[in-house]
Amino acid sequence: MKRLLILMILACGTALAGDGHLSLPYIRWTLPNGLDVILHEDHSVSTIAVDVWYHVGSAREKPGKTGFAHLFEHLMFEGSQHVPQGKFDEWLEAAGGDNNGSTTNDRTNYEEVIPNNALALPLFLESDRMGFLVEAMSPGKVNAQRDVVKNERRENYDNEPYGLASLSIEENLFPENHPYHWPVIGSMEDLASASYQDVVDFFRKYYVPSNATLVIAGDVNVDTTKDLVETWFHDVPGGPAVPPQAAPPVFLTEQKRVVLEDRVQLPRLYIAWPTPPVFAPGDAEMDILAAILAGGKNSRLYKRLVYELQVAQDVSAFQDGRRLASIFEIVVTAREGHRLREIEKLVWEEIRALTTTPPAPREVERAVNQIEASFLDRLESVQMKAELLNMYVAATGNPDYLNEDLARYKAIDPGDIQAMTATYLRADGCVVLSVFPLGKPELAAPKEGRP
Amino acid sequence: MTRILWRVHRNLPDRRQRCATVLLLVLFLFLPALVPAQPDRSHPPALGSPPRLTLPALQHLTLSNGVPVLLLEKHTVPLVQINLIVRAGSLMDPPGKQGLADMTASMLMEGAGHRTSLELADAIDFLGVQISSESGRHTMGVNLHTPLSKLDSAIVLMADIVCRPTFPPEDLERLRKERLTEMMQGRDDPDYIASVAFGHALYGAHSYGVPKLGTDQGVRAVTTADVLTFHRKYIVPANATIIVVGDVTPVTILPRLERAFGSWKGSGAIPPPVPPIVPTAGRTLILIDKPGAEQSVIRIGRVAAPRLTDDYDAMTVMNTILGGSFTSRLNQNLRERHGYTYGASSGFDFRPLAGPFIASSSVQTAVTDKALGEFLKEFQRMLVMVPDSDLVRAKNYMAFRFPGGFETVSQIANRLEELVIYGLPDDYFDGAIDRILAVTKGDVLRAAEKYIRMENLAFVIVGDLATIADSVKSLDIAPASVLTVDDALGPLQHRAPGE
Repeated sequence: MKRLLILMILACGTALAGDGHLSLPYIRWTLPNGLDVILHEDHSVSTIAVDVWYHVGSAREKPGKTGFAHLFEHLMFEGSQHVPQGKFDEWLEAAGGDNNGSTTNDRTNYEEVIPNNALALPLFLESDRMGFLVEAMSPGKVNAQRDVVKNERRENYDNEPYGLASLSIEENLFPENHPYHWPVIGSMEDLASASYQDVVDFFRKYYVPSNATLVIAGDVNVDTTKDLVETWFHDVPGGPAVPPQAAPPVFLTEQKRVVLEDRVQLPRLYIAWPTPPVFAPGDAEMDILAAILAGGKNSRLYKRLVYELQVAQDVSAFQDGRRLASIFEIVVTAREGHRLREIEKLVWEEIRALTTTPPAPREVERAVNQIEASFLDRLESVQMKAELLNMYVAATGNPDYLNEDLARYKAIDPGDIQAMTATYLRADGCVVLSVFPLGKPELAAPKEGRP
Repeated sequence: MTRILWRVHRNLPDRRQRCATVLLLVLFLFLPALVPAQPDRSHPPALGSPPRLTLPALQHLTLSNGVPVLLLEKHTVPLVQINLIVRAGSLMDPPGKQGLADMTASMLMEGAGHRTSLELADAIDFLGVQISSESGRHTMGVNLHTPLSKLDSAIVLMADIVCRPTFPPEDLERLRKERLTEMMQGRDDPDYIASVAFGHALYGAHSYGVPKLGTDQGVRAVTTADVLTFHRKYIVPANATIIVVGDVTPVTILPRLERAFGSWKGSGAIPPPVPPIVPTAGRTLILIDKPGAEQSVIRIGRVAAPRLTDDYDAMTVMNTILGGSFTSRLNQNLRERHGYTYGASSGFDFRPLAGPFIASSSVQTAVTDKALGEFLKEFQRMLVMVPDSDLVRAKNYMAFRFPGGFETVSQIANRLEELVIYGLPDDYFDGAIDRILAVTKGDVLRAAEKYIRMENLAFVIVGDLATIADSVKSLDIAPASVLTVDDALGPLQHRAPGE
């Protein structure tokens, strides 16, 4: 029944009905080898986005092998049985296509954006590396990409101001037995130990079609595309199903206080809490809370610390939504002449205020309005739509979850924010990290926590 | 973690029609069968002909006060983008006040009409729309991005920001502190240090050699009166153009624009001509010390050509081969072949006057000298060798992806700004694909010879000099100046906490 309705909407080719109801019409089917396929038609552009999600990220790594899921992602571009090394990029560029890949804790994705005439090419390339990667793998390729990834780590973490902060937060927030304890980028030592055999094992275990979702969005013809997908992917061998991953719930029962010295001018304070997984009850409230605390000039922390007192250069707050557990973070950079002791005191004051009194209705409404407007922006690009379909189906089972997603925010009232702040932003369950300038530990927050 | 951090570029196209009919035939033959066709993996699939760019016609409207309006209708998502640009930017900063244009642009958002800074921000955020102001070197703009349903309220706010800013002195002081702190934080970032030093190495005291944010001294010197004067002189109807892209028509947008901007008055000054650029001669090597750095940030380049040069298409194709794509020579060499870096690239920064050619990378400290050598090898090779396969791939990449760059309302509005700023014809983009495809091997070699001059290059390296200085100097690529970060950015000015 639902499928029928969807097809009718598809025929109109619009992602937005007249009444402002959002939708991402799609067709979905499964190949015999288990590959989940989702197709969205949009003829307003002449491009097509192909986005393959493998439901494996750094959370599946074993101790001593951190960074492997991401290193593996790099190797996926180094050729497969029928695609000589270097040709993946050359062929796509010659067709006017762009491509990229990314790895998170929970998933790895591969995407191409190509002109409407070229869909067969990314389907050939994606199917070849999904089915026949190890036939072309070699220790030499592993070594070369290991160097590239080490440089990626140097560029984005080691040589980046405050670059090591996020790694320290994950390590301290999640217990050692939790799969978010280690960073996606991995450690230099573990990267050095990754072997050719690791690549083969990882591929056989996690890169099976039934552990992947292929989304195609853009200027496509449905029948032709279905046939193309069948043609290119039906001979990709299936494999044993990957069981879902469970993780122990995260409870921090102390205030962990950590300091890091860095080559920076100004000290920066990070406070991080474990929060509910993405799309779980409480997750949307954390997004709104982030906006109330640090979204725009009238947000509480920005207004007090940056606008009025001018003791801070910047503030930010965000919910880093993840599948097994999320992180809520507040980040404040102190102005010259101010210490994190002073900053931390102000931040806790603002948090405490929200635990005792709900925010004004306008504060909540302002945040919801901004989120609502951002939903329209996501429907502007086929690449973003492909990513949305994949994200929604992975997290909720429903690729077109736009309205349900938006409804979560619209249902929130000020009392919910107060309750969630009290539940999750606890002083006795968080990580307080100070990054202080070289040789100036006195600028860090004090060693002992605040009551 | 993404595979590629950098994304260069302007797009543009070649025509390589492999037999589309064969593919269709194959599909047709196997359609009725239950078992899908066995894919032929022995070669990449044949592709049909790529799409052309099909933009709706540009419409020219005019407000009663003479402000020209450029409209492109796009009705797919109920969004509207309005960019108002004026021809004035940091090049108009008076001597000693470098940073004035940028401060003026920011100050537009700090109170307008009857609203204070906080009230204005609240009104914008409550609507859920985005309004931003930014200054470039030659232009300045206020951009509105709004759902159609919020257009009426949002355009009123935008008009206040452009026409009736209040410039409260206490907000100027707050912004000044923010700006000075931002510049101080630039010292943390080797890329920022390299960019400032590189600009100075190429352009010296010319405005192109001064960071857009201005200088520490200039930002300190700016007064409310300066900001007011800048606004009165340059942010005036005679100097403005409005670009509209989105879910509107002339009938729906013109009355709204007229209500918002039609009564905007003021006769300002036409911006003065910019002094010509005198490129530095010979080679220079600037080494800037960042003790303990894990990587060296490298910038190599020279003054190239203004945007309206006849060599534009040849230059961009040449650059795509050299460092403007993932398969480009610099990236393949330094990243894939040698493993020195996460990425290496090059590009021309086109401006009204001759902008720079810049090749750059962040390389592992220990291989800095070797990486420099590879840059020079690739420059040299670019001067003499362009195989057909490289040329065709670069042209196809640019041409076939060109239409894809006109997807969102803000993307399109940005492209239209280019037409306005450079006075390009309405059908300029329609011809872009053909112009790229027309570039020949000879054009590419000539562009390389003209713009990558081995005898005239500036090298800037920010890294751990204790480790790299000797080996880099021994390459003997240019007379070296060794600088501290203070030398490169000016000494750090400390302020009292309460200042």
